Amino acid sequence: MSKILSYEEKDTWIHRLSGVSKLIFFLLWCLTSMLTYDTRVLIVMVIFSLVIFKISKTEWKQVGAVFKMVMLFLSLNVIAIFLFSPNQGTHIYGTRTVLFHIAGPYDLTGEQLFYELNVIIKYFTVIPAVFMFLVTTNPSEFAASMNKVGISYNVGYAISIALRYIPDVQGEFTKIKHAQEARGIEMSGKASLISRIKNTASIIFPLIFSSMDRIDTVSNAMELRGYGKHKKRTWYAEKKLKRNDYLTIAFSVLFTVVALIITFADGNRFYNPFV
Amino acid sequence: MKFKFGIKEVVAIGIGTALFVALTEIQIPTPIPNTYLQPRMAIMAFLAAVFGPLVGGVVGLLGHAIGDAMFYGSVWWSWVFPDGVVGLAIGLLAAKLAVKEGGFNNTKTIVTFNVVQVIANAVAWILVAPVLDILIYAEPANKVFVQGIWAFVGNIIIIGILGTLLCSGYSAIGAKSSSLKKED
Repeated sequence: MSKILSYEEKDTWIHRLSGVSKLIFFLLWCLTSMLTYDTRVLIVMVIFSLVIFKISKTEWKQVGAVFKMVMLFLSLNVIAIFLFSPNQGTHIYGTRTVLFHIAGPYDLTGEQLFYELNVIIKYFTVIPAVFMFLVTTNPSEFAASMNKVGISYNVGYAISIALRYIPDVQGEFTKIKHAQEARGIEMSGKASLISRIKNTASIIFPLIFSSMDRIDTVSNAMELRGYGKHKKRTWYAEKKLKRNDYLTIAFSVLFTVVALIITFADGNRFYNPFV
Repeated sequence: MKFKFGIKEVVAIGIGTALFVALTEIQIPTPIPNTYLQPRMAIMAFLAAVFGPLVGGVVGLLGHAIGDAMFYGSVWWSWVFPDGVVGLAIGLLAAKLAVKEGGFNNTKTIVTFNVVQVIANAVAWILVAPVLDILIYAEPANKVFVQGIWAFVGNIIIIGILGTLLCSGYSAIGAKSSSLKKED
């Protein structure tokens, strides 16, 4: 089973924040990082991400495996951009500084390097934020605090069930997979495409049917306990928004606004050092 | 077509999302380098066909976002929304497909299911995903359209084969409980 990111109990002020403040920060942070291509803003964001990552006392062993995966995708994406469109940088920045010629239509231009550097920095602004959000937010507390800020408790509950059952479903998947492999089912590249799909189906079928049963069991249990009877419910893992939460939310909003003002001050989302 | 949000939907979204996320790690390699068939798409299509548009759409959005964050450490938002589009579109047919009631196993329904999934995937991957890639991430147009077309082909294959098999298998079980006839 691949290593995935999951919550770990620790005592830092980031762990003590309410899940909602972290979600608002996370979404606004993603939004800013999506919209801006301003290198100055992006670099500030990277530094800031690394600082909060450090404060949250996240260890390498919690995130290392996933981080390597991200690096793989990042490199593939950067190479693909260059292969498909070696002149995207020129197209964006309007100038063309050829550093050296490679082959055919491929010239290495300063603009292209700068554009791809921005793409890479954009990844690095979001990765620590994602890691931080996932390893510091307790799923039950998250559902409770979503409801506290006015989101329907059905939504909170659905998300909470999803996070709660991911490890269970994964465990069941591994069990079924081992059982089928013991019976001689080939899952690797040695089998042909069609038989690989068929073999995958032989794992997915039992998994789906047991999950459908699980849906029935869980929803019957919830119905018996009177779920959805009232408009409000109380939560065990509830946390009230505290001073730090308001500060975090205020900071997130302020940062987004300022970053976007700086980005769009010159009329577009790119910072152009070439003119 | 109904957007009911009761206990069953809450639980189906929860466990469906968990399934989708858990299956993120199964990728069937194809002969084309760096392109994988994603069985999780078939699961989403199946859940949409059984539980309707709300469950389909939300499982797509939430599952993709959580799955990417947990396994890949970053969320590629422009590919999260197309998943929701596919789930929603297939879900709109739920009443017609009648998977749970055992009405899926005839040629007409299977053809309808596949026609809709192909159209939904075309809209999602050839239109929505590349356009969002360009708007949000300013990626080169030719790259994102090629990626979009591969995703489209991969998804219609996996939903067409695995999705259809799942619906038909589940429908066959469902039929047993409702095929009893009252004796005179």
